[in-house]
Amino acid sequence: MNDWVSPAVDGVYVLAVIFFILGLRAMSSPETARRGIVQAGAAMLVAVAVTFLTLTTLHAGLTNFGLIAIGVVVGGGLGWYWARVVQMTAMPQMVAVFNGMGGGAAGAIAAVELLTNLGNPTTAGLSLAGAVIGSVSIAGSVIAFLKLQGWMRSKPIVFPGQQPVNLAVLAIGVGFGAFAALRVETLWLLPFFLLLLGFGVLMALPIGGADMPVVISLFNALTGIAVALDGFALVNGPLGDAGYAMVIAGTLVGAAGSLLTILMARAMNRSVGNVLFGAFGATEEAGVAVEGQMKPIEADDVAVMMAYANEVIVAPGYGMAVAQAQQKVKELADLLEAKGVTVKFAIHPVAGRMPGHMNVLLAEAGIPYDRLFDRDEIDDEFPNADVVLVIGANDVVNPAARRAGSALQGMPILDVDRAKNVIVIKRGQGKGFAGIENELFYRDNCRMLYGDAQAEVGKLVAALKKS
Amino acid sequence: MAADLWTALFIAILAAFVGYEVISRVPVLLHTPLMSGSNFIHGIVLVGAIVALGIARTTLEEAIGLVAVVMGAMNVTGGYVVTERILAMFDRSKRKGGAP
Repeated sequence: MNDWVSPAVDGVYVLAVIFFILGLRAMSSPETARRGIVQAGAAMLVAVAVTFLTLTTLHAGLTNFGLIAIGVVVGGGLGWYWARVVQMTAMPQMVAVFNGMGGGAAGAIAAVELLTNLGNPTTAGLSLAGAVIGSVSIAGSVIAFLKLQGWMRSKPIVFPGQQPVNLAVLAIGVGFGAFAALRVETLWLLPFFLLLLGFGVLMALPIGGADMPVVISLFNALTGIAVALDGFALVNGPLGDAGYAMVIAGTLVGAAGSLLTILMARAMNRSVGNVLFGAFGATEEAGVAVEGQMKPIEADDVAVMMAYANEVIVAPGYGMAVAQAQQKVKELADLLEAKGVTVKFAIHPVAGRMPGHMNVLLAEAGIPYDRLFDRDEIDDEFPNADVVLVIGANDVVNPAARRAGSALQGMPILDVDRAKNVIVIKRGQGKGFAGIENELFYRDNCRMLYGDAQAEVGKLVAALKKS
Repeated sequence: MAADLWTALFIAILAAFVGYEVISRVPVLLHTPLMSGSNFIHGIVLVGAIVALGIARTTLEEAIGLVAVVMGAMNVTGGYVVTERILAMFDRSKRKGGAP
């Protein structure tokens, strides 16, 4: 009986996978991206519904349908509600937290597989691997969430012998897992999971706020890989085709996330390993004296400069996100354009706390995306710009990156110092995340506009309205 | 290794190349929705969680399976809503984004 059910279920998984790939492909253009995610969402809904219905009808050996339904409704409702009510500015930590949930689910699936199927060496091996990566992903994502949410210091947390200790925790944890599988004793799984969760926490501690674009992306890739490994472990069990769907979707995400991670690290001219283990920004560079002094300026004077400019380039950074200044920036751009000034936005790939963070904030404010330019696209334009307005960006505009011997050496930066005038909006005289003096601030063509980004841009807007 | 596993391995290798090719074309502008969207897609872990809870027998297994289902479901809906909200802001036809 039910001869048609199994092929129909397979068909649904095949379709779901096709729509996942098309959904990601649609991300290559803002015009199609939204349609793509809606299609992928529909495919996911059908795949989950079909999985549930198949279990209730086809595989008589499976139980717990009530619990499954409750779990889906509770978890789904929580995720939906939380993601709906959260402010757009909290997006980086939301991505981190929902990614962590996926990693946790992958770890928990592996745990059930290990408890029920520890005697099968293949299943046990694959599940152990899935459990390792899933546990590291959820623990690391939670730390990333706490740092991004500001519930934990975002500076790197370091202690002597950190890397050997972390490595030992990982090795001993994996050892317990292998021991459990070899002796087929589930008791050893407890220290296995505890140590791996601990390793995930320890791994994320020394990673600072400005390195978050790399880290969020990496944990995303890790969760994808954990899901794929769980899929491998499930292909021989009941409803094995769900396993194939997990292998494909998980690998897809693993590859995509790895590529994005590498792109982010490259944008800082550092290796992924250096980002993870370098504890960048933990120590302050000493001894490099910078010639000259910082020269303050008032908002009214900046407004006049910009009103009579031909071209203004805005270079935003994390400070704009913190001050939530993007709406004021949009007003400023509109006013300047009304006066015939060309306004462009220069976006550094790692400005902010996640890949593409600045693009999202400016899009939220309603700035057309054809006004936003990558570093490569706009680099030659800085010498033509009459005014470059740097809003809460620091290390990504520090010309020290072009100087040998600096900690930032080799990092591709926005060459804002080549503009005729540079105005930097900054809360105080402190250093950037990397703990390095910004040589830009001491240049002759640079003036400092001290204050909260939203307040200062608001003053510029007010001054421009008067003139 | 069982035949099914070899099949899965072949599929995984092909999927990795597809992932790499598809992502290489995504502009910097859309890196956030790309990350958030792929975050949603690994929410397929929910089907695995449903199977895991389905095979669970002891109370401990059921508890862990339930945790997997709840987390997987959060991954799916949260990942979807976040991605959709971000992309809504890039939508030219609908200029006002942000608040739900």
